[in-house]
Amino acid sequence: MAQGEVLLEVKDLHVHFPTPDGVVKAVDGLSFTVHRGETFGIVGESGSGKSVTNLTALGLINLKSAHVTGEINFLGRDLLKLDKEELRKVRGKDLAMIFQDPFACLHPFYRVGDQIVEAILCHDDVPKRQATDRTVELLAAVGIPRPRERFRDYPHQYSGGMRQRAMIAMALVHNPALLIADEPTTALDVTVQAQILELIEKVKNDFNIGVILITHDLGVIADVAQTVMVMYAGKGMEIGGRDVLFTNPLHPYTWGLLESIPNVTQKGTRLVPIEGSPPSLINVPPGCPFHPRCPHRFDPCDKEVPELMDRGGGHPEACHLSAEDKKRLWSQRQERRVTVPAAS
Amino acid sequence: MGQYIIRRLLWAFVMLFLVIAVVFVIFFVLPGGAGHASRGSKYPPLAYIIAGKHPLPGTVAAVVHRLGLDEPLYLQFGKYVGNALKGNFGYSYQTHEAVTHAILRRLPPTIGLAIGASIIWLFLGCAIGVVSALKRRSLLDRASMLFALAGVSMPTFWLGLMAVFFFDARLRIYNTGDYVGLFQNPIGWLKIMWLPWLVLAIVSAAIYTRMVRGNMLDVASEDYIRTARSKGLKERSVIRHELRSALTPVVTMYGLDLGILLGGAIITEHIFNIPGIGAFAVTAIQAQNLPVILGTTVMAAFFIIMANLVVDVVYAFLDPRVAYS
Repeated sequence: MAQGEVLLEVKDLHVHFPTPDGVVKAVDGLSFTVHRGETFGIVGESGSGKSVTNLTALGLINLKSAHVTGEINFLGRDLLKLDKEELRKVRGKDLAMIFQDPFACLHPFYRVGDQIVEAILCHDDVPKRQATDRTVELLAAVGIPRPRERFRDYPHQYSGGMRQRAMIAMALVHNPALLIADEPTTALDVTVQAQILELIEKVKNDFNIGVILITHDLGVIADVAQTVMVMYAGKGMEIGGRDVLFTNPLHPYTWGLLESIPNVTQKGTRLVPIEGSPPSLINVPPGCPFHPRCPHRFDPCDKEVPELMDRGGGHPEACHLSAEDKKRLWSQRQERRVTVPAAS
Repeated sequence: MGQYIIRRLLWAFVMLFLVIAVVFVIFFVLPGGAGHASRGSKYPPLAYIIAGKHPLPGTVAAVVHRLGLDEPLYLQFGKYVGNALKGNFGYSYQTHEAVTHAILRRLPPTIGLAIGASIIWLFLGCAIGVVSALKRRSLLDRASMLFALAGVSMPTFWLGLMAVFFFDARLRIYNTGDYVGLFQNPIGWLKIMWLPWLVLAIVSAAIYTRMVRGNMLDVASEDYIRTARSKGLKERSVIRHELRSALTPVVTMYGLDLGILLGGAIITEHIFNIPGIGAFAVTAIQAQNLPVILGTTVMAAFFIIMANLVVDVVYAFLDPRVAYS
């Protein structure tokens, strides 16, 4: 794990949305820490609370409709205690975010360059000329060719990859301490995905910042993240270094995720989907939220919520099984997977 | 862009030609039209209207001949189009005044009515729509939605009569009377026009309010608005981003509505006794005055076509994604 300065510390975060049908527990008791120089990956299925966590940090969820408790300490301040204006001063300055769909994230009626200039001017009182120069410089830094000309283009004149590059440039204008990338490559072609991930990695090193990378693609995480958190139903299931997670996964949900990725190097391995579907966040199952879908569930699983802690496996996870059982079960599952002949 | 405009203008000619053809056909083919003989006579009813009561023998035939109605339809049509291309749109059957001249005389009241009313509804619609979207679910929002619902539910003929009833007959703060021109008597003109403006504006203002409010709410959930917030823009700038997207479609709608209105606001002009194109057209239709019917229709069609063209051209400047070639 990376050991830079602690940038973000989320403690026991709950984000609940009261609705007429019941309380939607989008995030339910989540804790994690992100350091400078680290890429922190958050994986999980749709609706597992990945994005809500970060939108909460930025104050971009509607606080009137949500009930939020816990702490989000960022550079020594609890973001949940800031008022609107203080939070605005953090957004885009120390804490920047890029989103999933670069096609929709830039305003279609404004020039790309002007949108970035605007991001500079809303925090820094500098002459417009200077902001323009800085924008061109950043466009060049994120790999936009002929940046001075492309500055004047509208978003529709950019390709998807270029738009995401422009978004990254926009996120970098104030040298933020932390960059949150919410599914930054999902909407892009595979070749472009790799370029964007590389760029995020380069940016992280050049600017010495922390990155939170939210994705449902374990391949993306495997490429760049140093630390990975697996989320399910608004809770953290397992947190560990990347190697630990891929060579020594401890949680049955993580196993399920790993088994559902196609493996091109090993012939004859079967794709095993996770049975069932994610729970409704209004009626989260009691005990471990994953237990109805878990093939290894036993006595306490439907009663006691497993805590996220190290049970001797090497990193924190939230599963009642003992470390030995986990080791045994995982190796069994791997053997079974390889020996099953390819489906005819 | 220049080529595009020229192409559109050429199409405008084709459209106007078709409009003339359709009006001609309707005028002659419809029951009681100039293509049908009256009961017990070989001449159309139109000839008797013009000849007057108890015509002398031969008068009706002379009228028919003078109006050219005894010629084959295609010849009448051809002559009309030929003259129209030279700028001569014929003469009124009733007054023998040149149609072009008669229309030009009645255009200023219509333009005054249309522009005044449209400015009111544009301003009201945008202002109320934006504010109620920003203060969604507030009392103000609910009140404006009630206004919008009431506005679209009141037909102009009813609202106009009610307005006259209340403001003239009851409150006595409005005088439904003779129209005076803007340049003859500006104050008098305003005194005449304010009520028809409001009546004409209410319905459209209601529609615009709903549209603007809906657009604002749609745009507010766009990803690029989230981007604007996430980069730390002040709320005022975020709203500016929203307005830029939400109000652009209003330009299209406004242009088209104004174009339609310039063709004459028939009901409003009628109720408030404004001598505009709409009232002129209605009188002409009642009197089967073909040249005037054609003239007003062609003019209305011309305004609508031009409004479309202007809107499309303006849109290319407002929306960078639109390009014509």
